[in-house]
Amino acid sequence: MTWLPDNVDLVLRLTGTHLFQSVLPVVLGLLISIPLARLAAGSRWVRPLMVNGAALLYTIPSLTLFVVLPVVLGTRITSIVNVIVALTIYVVAILVRSCTDAFRSVDRSVLQAATAMGHTPWQRFWAVELPLAVPVMLAGVRTAVVANISMVSVGAVIGIQSLGTLFTDGLRRGIAEEILVGVVVTVVLAVGLDQILRLTGLVLTRWQRPGGRAGGRAGGRRRDPRGGRSDSAGTAGTGPAPDTTAGRIAATGGGA
Amino acid sequence: MGNHAISFRDVRKTYPDGTTAVDDLSLDVPEGSLTVFVGPSGCGKTTSLRMINRMVEPTSGTVEVNGQDVSSVPEARLRRSMGYVMQASGLLPHRTVLENIATVPRLLGRSKRESRERAESLLETIGLDRDLGGRYPSQLSGGQQQRVGVARALAADPPVLLMDEPFSAVDPVVRADLQRELLDLKQRLNKTIVFVTHDMDEAVLLGDRVAVFATGGRLAQYAPPEQVLRAPADQFVSDFVGRDRGFRALSFDSHEVALSGVLSRNHEGETTVLGGSEATGGWTLEVDAAGRPVGWLAPGESDGADTSAHRVGGSLYRPGGSLRSALDAALSSPSGLAVAVDDSGRVRGVLRPQDVLAAIEQARGARS
Amino acid sequence: MNLLAGTWQWLVDPANWSGAGAIPSRILEHLAYSGIVMVVAVVVAVPLGLLVGHTGRGSGAVIGVSGALRALPTLGLLTLFSLLMGLGLVPPLLALVILAVPPILTATYAGVAEVSPQVKDAAKAQGMTPLQVLTRVEMPLALPVAMGGIRNAALQVIATATVAAYINLGGLGRYLIDGLAVRDYSRMLGSVLLVAVLALAIDAVLAALQRALTSPGIRASPAGAH
Repeated sequence: MTWLPDNVDLVLRLTGTHLFQSVLPVVLGLLISIPLARLAAGSRWVRPLMVNGAALLYTIPSLTLFVVLPVVLGTRITSIVNVIVALTIYVVAILVRSCTDAFRSVDRSVLQAATAMGHTPWQRFWAVELPLAVPVMLAGVRTAVVANISMVSVGAVIGIQSLGTLFTDGLRRGIAEEILVGVVVTVVLAVGLDQILRLTGLVLTRWQRPGGRAGGRAGGRRRDPRGGRSDSAGTAGTGPAPDTTAGRIAATGGGA
Repeated sequence: MGNHAISFRDVRKTYPDGTTAVDDLSLDVPEGSLTVFVGPSGCGKTTSLRMINRMVEPTSGTVEVNGQDVSSVPEARLRRSMGYVMQASGLLPHRTVLENIATVPRLLGRSKRESRERAESLLETIGLDRDLGGRYPSQLSGGQQQRVGVARALAADPPVLLMDEPFSAVDPVVRADLQRELLDLKQRLNKTIVFVTHDMDEAVLLGDRVAVFATGGRLAQYAPPEQVLRAPADQFVSDFVGRDRGFRALSFDSHEVALSGVLSRNHEGETTVLGGSEATGGWTLEVDAAGRPVGWLAPGESDGADTSAHRVGGSLYRPGGSLRSALDAALSSPSGLAVAVDDSGRVRGVLRPQDVLAAIEQARGARS
Repeated sequence: MNLLAGTWQWLVDPANWSGAGAIPSRILEHLAYSGIVMVVAVVVAVPLGLLVGHTGRGSGAVIGVSGALRALPTLGLLTLFSLLMGLGLVPPLLALVILAVPPILTATYAGVAEVSPQVKDAAKAQGMTPLQVLTRVEMPLALPVAMGGIRNAALQVIATATVAAYINLGGLGRYLIDGLAVRDYSRMLGSVLLVAVLALAIDAVLAALQRALTSPGIRASPAGAH
């Protein structure tokens, strides 16, 4: 343990830029995905277009985007802008799907009741639809965050600074400790952010658990009690990013 | 009904949390009978049924089928020897209708071809089109799925058929069809059938014997349906059977009712009196060319040639039918008179309400 | 835009398409790495997912372990393994297997666990043994979801196998790393485009396989239907 004490500053600086590169794309991706998904959820022919388009985006390797984007954007190849734009694209690929599922999971009769009580479509969206869609949506967000944290480090291969720099630098200089520190900090970031999101989800979905188990309605699908499984894709909260809903395409990030 | 196909001996089922699902059940199901387990939800009727094919194991006591303790037979073999129909059909969604029906024969090691032929002939038995054989369950209606479920249960020609609320998820019209077909199948196939339902009407309609289960898994009464209606064993059964039980018990009485004549008018406007001296109080019965009833014309309406004025008639009574159907035919008729028809649907006369009541009185006298 | 022109030239230059270290052999290497990884991952993850899904025991552990494995950065494992275990194929392939297992495991598990309890109950009541319920009911019904996990894993493995070149192995990543060393952006861009095409092609093949293996009876109604 000789490397870490001398390089705390470096680790902190890389952790900062790593976090920035992983979290900003999630925020941007969410802002883009919610309107797209709302559109897809409400329309029979936009939905397959959007969902399949997202699946196609998702097949593009991230390293490919890291190298292609400078050509398109005119940035330097080592710029973190490339990573942020590339990861935003992945987040959209994951979230369009899970947000569409989320909006579709909202009980139609609840929406009709809201309209009947006099909500305008705009009010209904903010007051009813969006809050009820949170549990399923959150599952996708958690998946995206964990995937991003892992993907950001790949940029180090072509010289973009992040915790991944500790891997490439450690390998070049033969310092296992440096790599290990990078791995540990990355995992801590992933698990920590995931837990923060999980707790946020619990706060946002208090309505779902009045007596513990009565709220199966909007959360996920209802299951026969004989099945004996924990309910709801979004709020089960066992370990990072449970993703039965988003799991079809989005089990985790796109790798390199 | 000499032999008992299925016997429960002091059977009890308690769960680890202390709830009792079935409380000391002893009951014999005669061979070749249709026995209905009926009761509110949570009364242990389904649990009892599922102990017959060991889908549930009793905590104590034994269940015997044809004199053999079921716990001595390996589960899979035991289950293959009985048909099982459940509420949500439970068809395998990835297999076609024919493949679903052929499940048990295939499990029993019969050849693909033999199983398939058997499945095809069963499609006919249950009244499904042959073309449906290649469809998948998701492409069938609820009623069709239930029929396939019944066919699957019959595929290996088991002597015992277990049916767990098989018709409760289909709409009332289809349910009536399925019930009629089940009675018909029972006539033809001579199976011992145990049928679970929470619907007392269904129990009375189908059952040779009815076992009424009470909350807490207690067998409250086990008797022919008529007896359950006429003489409920206790307050629970009486409450469960419901308010109309006296009326419903009339289903089991058929007594001759005196026919009266009726003034009728055919499509050409000719009027005749059918079935003896007229008793219609000014009402005219409209009939078609074959003499089948069309509707009623109120007093004073019969002069015009316009037949669109007639009122739709009530239910029809066939002589020899139950007193319940006779009374219903009278009560549902706009003229207050029940129209009696023969087997080909031709009007034979009418029943006056007072004659139906007299017959009910006579039937009661004959019983006691 | 002479970078694009250069990339095009690199892609169509016949010299790059024949001989040792040419594009076809790099593609084959890439496919070989990915294939070995996928076979190992499937052999490990599918039986485990089936077991957990069928028995319902250990589902919490499966979700927890998969989540933890996902949080591990593949590049970190790759460099760490090769530093500790030396050169050769084992370190990078091991890192890639760790990448591939979680999606396959969770999808297989979820596919089996999501099979309707009524269908399983009915299968049992018809007289199927537990093994028959698994092979004749749960596996065919879980197939679309499990295949979704396998496709997802394959995409990630093909994409990430590119990084193997960073520790002096072959595959299409070779061009990326070598191009970077000499600032040959045309070659870099050309290689990552090839990786993308390869990923799309393999996904299409697996999608066709999934379709062929899935019963028409369940194609219309995905397991995740709300």
